[in-house]
Amino acid sequence: MDRRKSLKAIAVGTLSAGVLLDACKSDNKKEPEAKAAEPASGLTLDRAEEEKKREQELMSTTFFTPHEMATITVLADIIIPRDAISGSASDAKVPDFIEFMVKDQPEHQVPMRGGLRWLDVESLKRFEKPFKDCDAKQQINIVDDIAYPEITYKENGKDVKRGKPAKPGMAQGIAFFSLMRDLTTSGFYTSQIGVKDVGYAGNTPNKWNGVPDDVLKQYGLAYTEKEMKECAKY
Amino acid sequence: MGDLQVKKNAKQYDAIIVGSGAGGGMAAYVLSHAGLKVCLIEAGPMYDPRTNVTQLKNPWESPRRGASTKFRPFGDFDACYWGWEIDGEPYTHADDTKWEWWRARMIGGRTNHWGRISLRFGPKDFKRRSIDGLGDDWPIGYEDIKPYYDKIDKLIGVFGSNEGLENDPDGIFLPPPKPRLHELMIKKAATSLGIPVIPSRLSILTKKINDSRGECIFCGQCNRACSYAYADFSSSSVLIKPAIETGNIDVITNAMAREVLTNKEGLATGVSYVNKNDMQEYQVMGRTVILAASACESARLMLNSKSARHPNGLANGSDVVGRYLHDSTGADMGGVIPELFDRKRYNEDGVGGAHIYTPWWVDNKKLDFPRGYHIEYWGGFGQPAYGFGRSVEAMNGRFEVKGQQKQPGGYGASLKEDMRYFYGARVGMAGRGEAVAKKENHCEIDPKVVDKYGIPVLRFRVTHSDYEINQAKHMKETFREIMHAMGAIITFGDDGKDKKYGIHEPGNIIHEAGTVRMGNDPKTSALNKWCQAHECKNLFCVDGGPFVSQADKNITWTILALSMRTSEYIIDEMKKRNI
Repeated sequence: MDRRKSLKAIAVGTLSAGVLLDACKSDNKKEPEAKAAEPASGLTLDRAEEEKKREQELMSTTFFTPHEMATITVLADIIIPRDAISGSASDAKVPDFIEFMVKDQPEHQVPMRGGLRWLDVESLKRFEKPFKDCDAKQQINIVDDIAYPEITYKENGKDVKRGKPAKPGMAQGIAFFSLMRDLTTSGFYTSQIGVKDVGYAGNTPNKWNGVPDDVLKQYGLAYTEKEMKECAKY
Repeated sequence: MGDLQVKKNAKQYDAIIVGSGAGGGMAAYVLSHAGLKVCLIEAGPMYDPRTNVTQLKNPWESPRRGASTKFRPFGDFDACYWGWEIDGEPYTHADDTKWEWWRARMIGGRTNHWGRISLRFGPKDFKRRSIDGLGDDWPIGYEDIKPYYDKIDKLIGVFGSNEGLENDPDGIFLPPPKPRLHELMIKKAATSLGIPVIPSRLSILTKKINDSRGECIFCGQCNRACSYAYADFSSSSVLIKPAIETGNIDVITNAMAREVLTNKEGLATGVSYVNKNDMQEYQVMGRTVILAASACESARLMLNSKSARHPNGLANGSDVVGRYLHDSTGADMGGVIPELFDRKRYNEDGVGGAHIYTPWWVDNKKLDFPRGYHIEYWGGFGQPAYGFGRSVEAMNGRFEVKGQQKQPGGYGASLKEDMRYFYGARVGMAGRGEAVAKKENHCEIDPKVVDKYGIPVLRFRVTHSDYEINQAKHMKETFREIMHAMGAIITFGDDGKDKKYGIHEPGNIIHEAGTVRMGNDPKTSALNKWCQAHECKNLFCVDGGPFVSQADKNITWTILALSMRTSEYIIDEMKKRNI
C-alpha cells in the first residue's frame, strides 16, 4: 500500500486547504526518509542528534560471528517456521533484528552468546556435531528438551504449577531458549509479514464510529442511548 | 577555554520565558499575541510534529521495533526527547529515598509526551485543608480559574461529556469517541459494582475547531505527536507555532538556563544561559522573567540564583522553594479477558488513550486515606511492538487454545496459532491519585555535584506516607473487583502489603508540582495568587511549581489555565506600570 497516497486522499476529505498544502509540502521534504523505509536498518524516524550518533555507532559494529548467526537462523526458523498463513522468522529477517537488539540492549549479549555455546556443547555431546550441522530430527531432539519451561502463577491466592520440571542439566538451556523465543516473536510479529499474520488492522487514518454491530452482537453488548447521542459520529 | 566570555544580547525584552512546555507555551502565546516582545529559552532543540515524524510509522521502521532507549524511555516512536536520565545532567538523592525525574529537552517540553488527559480541578481541590485538615488551601478557588478553563477548552479543544459532577466540573467539550469493545466490558463490570465510568476528557480534536488544525484520524498515536493534522494538543504545534507567527518572539533553542540575573534592588533583570551548541555563556535582559522550566527545574534555577538581596536563592526568604514537592500516586494492574480470545480483527486504534475513565467516586471520610484517585484503562489490539509474544509460556501454559491445553512455551506452527489466538485480549487499569503535599518532601541544591555545564544539580528527598500507600491498597482492591466482575484473569500487578501494593516510586507518574507554591502569606509561600514572587515582583512561575496541591487530576489543564491567567495579569500590570 502506498501510505502517502492514502494520506493525501483522506486529507482532501477532512482537512482545510491550508493544512493540506502544508501536508503536501512536508511530505515532499520527507522524501529521503520515506525511501529509507526499505532497508530494515535505515533511520526513517525522527531522531534527536544524540540518537543519530548512537544509531550509527550500533550499525557500524557486528556482534555475532557467522557461526552464531547461522545457529540463530536455524533456531528462529524452528520457533517461527513458514506455515499456511505466513513466512518464517528468517523470511522476516529476524536474525538481523536479534543482531541489532543485542547491541542496543547489551544485557542480552552474554546470555545469547553463552546460550548458543551451551547449545553447541549439548549437540556435540549428543551427536558429535555443532547444532547448526545436525539434521532436523537431531535438532528437534535437543529443542524438545529446552522448549517447555515449567511455570508458576497465582490463582485465588495459591501458587499453581504447570508444565514439567526440567530434565537434569537442561535448566540453562531452557532459560536460553525462552530468551531466544522472546526475541524471535518480538522480531517476527513486528515485521511486515508478522503484522499481517496477526491481523493488526490499524496504523492508518480512519474515522472511529464504534465497535462493529456484528461484534457487539457476538458479545451481547450495545451502546446506550446516551452514548449514541453524545458520541462523535462520522 | 581561554576565549570563554559572557555574550550579552543587546535587545531588551518585555518578557523572558524559560521553558516551552504547557506553562511556557501558554505564556508565549498570550504575551506575543498581546504585542509584547518575548524571548523564549529552551534547553533542547526546535521541534515541530510536522517535520519531526514518528506518527503512522510501522513497527519495522524502528530497528528496535519500538523498544525503549535512554533517549526515549517510553519507546522508540514516542515523540519526547530524553526522559529519566540525560547524559551529562545528573540528579541525586538523599539517603536511600527515591525520586524519578522525567525531563524533556525540546520545544514543547513534556507536552510531547503526555496522554492528553485534560481534567479541570474541582471546587474541593482548591480547599483541601478546609475539608481534611491536611496541607493548605489555595489562595484562589474554582471560581477564579473557571473562566480560564473555559477559554482553554475553546482555544485548544478537549472532548468529554457534561456529567454534572460536583468535583469534576463540566466543560466546553467536543464529542467523545464511542467506547471500544474492552471498554464496554469494563464499563459494564465497573458500573455493576457502583464504580462510575464516563467518557474520557482528552485534548484531541474529534471535530475541527479552526483552520490551523485538522480533525483526529484515530491512529491511537498521540504520544508520537500529530504530524498529520495537529489534532492533539502539544505546546509546540498549538501554542509556540502561532506565537512565532506573531513575529513578536525570539526562540533560543539548545539554551540551558544557568541563573536568573538580578539588580541591587533585588529585581530580576534577565537570564544567563549556556548555549549547548558553542558552549559559550550568554545573557538576555528583560522587564520580567517567567519561569516555566518544570516545577523542579524552576526551583533549581531560583535556588541557584543567589545574591546579596536573595542570599537563600531568589525570592526564597520563606525557604519554601523546592519544598512541598509531590507527584501523583500510581498503581497498575493488568490481565487478559478470555472472552476476547480468538476475536474478530478490525481497526480499533481510536484516539491516543482510553475513551473512558473513572473519576473519583468515594467519600474519603469513610476511608483510611484523605485524597482520591481516578482510573485510566487500556487494552485491545495495539500495534505490535518490541515485546510482542514475550513469555508466551505464561499464556499458553495457563489458558487453553481452541479447547486444547498445551505445554507452556513451545515452538513452530503451534506457537504461531497461539499468537493469533491471544492477540487483542489484554486489559489493564492504572490508578492515578492525589498525594498529600508535605513540607519535608523536597528538592535542594546538592552541595557537591554539578552537571556538565557546571550548574549545581538537584538532590531529592521524597517519601510516601501511609496516606499514599493506603490509597494504593484501595486501588488494587478496586482493580481486582473490576477484573473479577468482567471475567478477566490478572496477570500482573496483584501486589500485596510486602510490595506496598505496587505503588510507583515518587516522580514516576511525571506530574511534579508544588515546589514554588502560591499563597497569601509570604512566610509560607514563594508566590502570590498571581504566580508572582512575593519578594521579586517581576519574577513569575507558570509550570507545576505554583500548585498548593494537585488533586486526583492530571495537572496540565490547570498549568495552562494558571499560565494564561498570570500572563493576562502581567499585561495588565505592565499597562499600569506596576512592573
